[in-house]
Amino acid sequence: MIEMKNVSKLYEGSDEVALNNMSLHLDPGEFLFLVGPSGAGKSTLIKLLFREQLPTEGSIFFENKDVTKYKKRELLEHRRRIGMVFQDYKLIKQKTIFENVAFALEVLGYSPRSIRKRVPEALEKVGLAHKAKSFPRELSGGEQQRVGVARAIVKDPVLILADEPTGNLDRDNALQLMRLFEKINEEGTTVVIATHAWDLVDRMQKRVVSLTAGELTRDGQGGYSNE
Amino acid sequence: MGKEVTAMNRYALRYCMGQSVRSLSRNAWLAIITSGLIAISLIILGGFLLVTTNVNQFIRNVESNVEVSVFLHDDVDSTELQGRIDELDGVVQQTFVSKEEGLQEFGQTMGDPSLLRDLEGENNPLPDLIRVRVEEPEKVAAVAETIQAYPEVELVDYGEELVARLMQITSRLNYLFLILGISIALGAVFLIINIIRLSAVARQEEVVVMKYMGASNGYIRFPFLMEGMVMGWTGTVIAVLTLGLIYYQLASSFGQDSLILLFQPVMDMERLLPIFIGLAIVGTLMSGFGSFVSIRKYLRV
Repeated sequence: MIEMKNVSKLYEGSDEVALNNMSLHLDPGEFLFLVGPSGAGKSTLIKLLFREQLPTEGSIFFENKDVTKYKKRELLEHRRRIGMVFQDYKLIKQKTIFENVAFALEVLGYSPRSIRKRVPEALEKVGLAHKAKSFPRELSGGEQQRVGVARAIVKDPVLILADEPTGNLDRDNALQLMRLFEKINEEGTTVVIATHAWDLVDRMQKRVVSLTAGELTRDGQGGYSNE
Repeated sequence: MGKEVTAMNRYALRYCMGQSVRSLSRNAWLAIITSGLIAISLIILGGFLLVTTNVNQFIRNVESNVEVSVFLHDDVDSTELQGRIDELDGVVQQTFVSKEEGLQEFGQTMGDPSLLRDLEGENNPLPDLIRVRVEEPEKVAAVAETIQAYPEVELVDYGEELVARLMQITSRLNYLFLILGISIALGAVFLIINIIRLSAVARQEEVVVMKYMGASNGYIRFPFLMEGMVMGWTGTVIAVLTLGLIYYQLASSFGQDSLILLFQPVMDMERLLPIFIGLAIVGTLMSGFGSFVSIRKYLRV
């Protein structure tokens, strides 16, 4: 699904490489943790995969298409196939939970009829069907993040990208969220999660890619530090 | 996504319209003031165009009604002179007015001929006069010049001063109107830019999310553009209606007034319609430009 070859990223005005000569292969249906300390390049990698950023060097293929050579339409199509989950949830305060999830479909032009069908299904999956009429401020952090997940999966993406999704959550909520990602993954969606929550990574026992100062230092199955 | 999004444009459009309306009502007062300013600037601009059109017509009327008055030296033979004038290019008619007739006419314009009784006969100060009518206004000056050169002629007068002064006054007025209209229009454009900026800031959160959801730039920008256009069109409609009404009222009251015979307001649609259509286009361009600038500057998508 994803093939990165010798990708480097250098931000303008900075002389430190965010990513250095990194190659990565990801098959459909995989569950991948991106780990490493802050500033190691995890967020940069997520941004490159979402094509929010372009690599300075190297190539990134998504479903056999070079993302650096996308035309406008292809870029939109790319982003429509990817569900994003953020550390700060990025829910819209003035919209209800239902409306927040529906928003992801509205902006893509789904019909009201299919929105009415899909949104409750997605909320059901994350266990928040009963909160549809609430506003984000009425929900706990863990619940808000699950709304974020519902919004990401409501359009049936092939890939979920999550950047520090548990960063603002306590242990129990974080673990619950990871189990939710696992469930989504088991239904066939590829999941990539950037995190430095080593205890969670240890518990999940999935493929782990470690980054240190922009370099790939380890790629293997297991826990956070492979011990 | 397949079938579920085939009706994309309809739903997207509905969403965009809803957003524009919501934004406008959030900044309702500012939007009203902006529409008002657009209206005022367009009214001034349109007023300028209408006045210009009418003054031009008036000048043409004055010119075409102008007679060349040829004042003769005392005791010259006018018959031979009239023969020469007849041959001049453009002359359609001439009337000889003797000094006696002139005095009588003058008395009539004063309202009481008896006032001038003392000036009759030997005391008559008026010269003999030939009134020459010229077929085209453009030829008046040339005809007047030729006649002035004849030895029998003392003075030629055809109201060139009136025409020249009229033109001078209107060209100054035009500048004033133009500068005023443009300044207010600029003010309105600035307001539009700022209103759109406010909406962009207010909806920043939403815009970021939309981007991550894969919304196209057009989809994100369209509501903001619509917001500006709605203000522009509201202003334009107000301006066109107001101006049309005022003009109609003024024109019909002028038209009835027989004292101002030379001033017949322009009423034919062929000349008025382009002005009003032009105003609508200017209003649209103003709001489009303002929105565009603001979106470019404050809406990074």
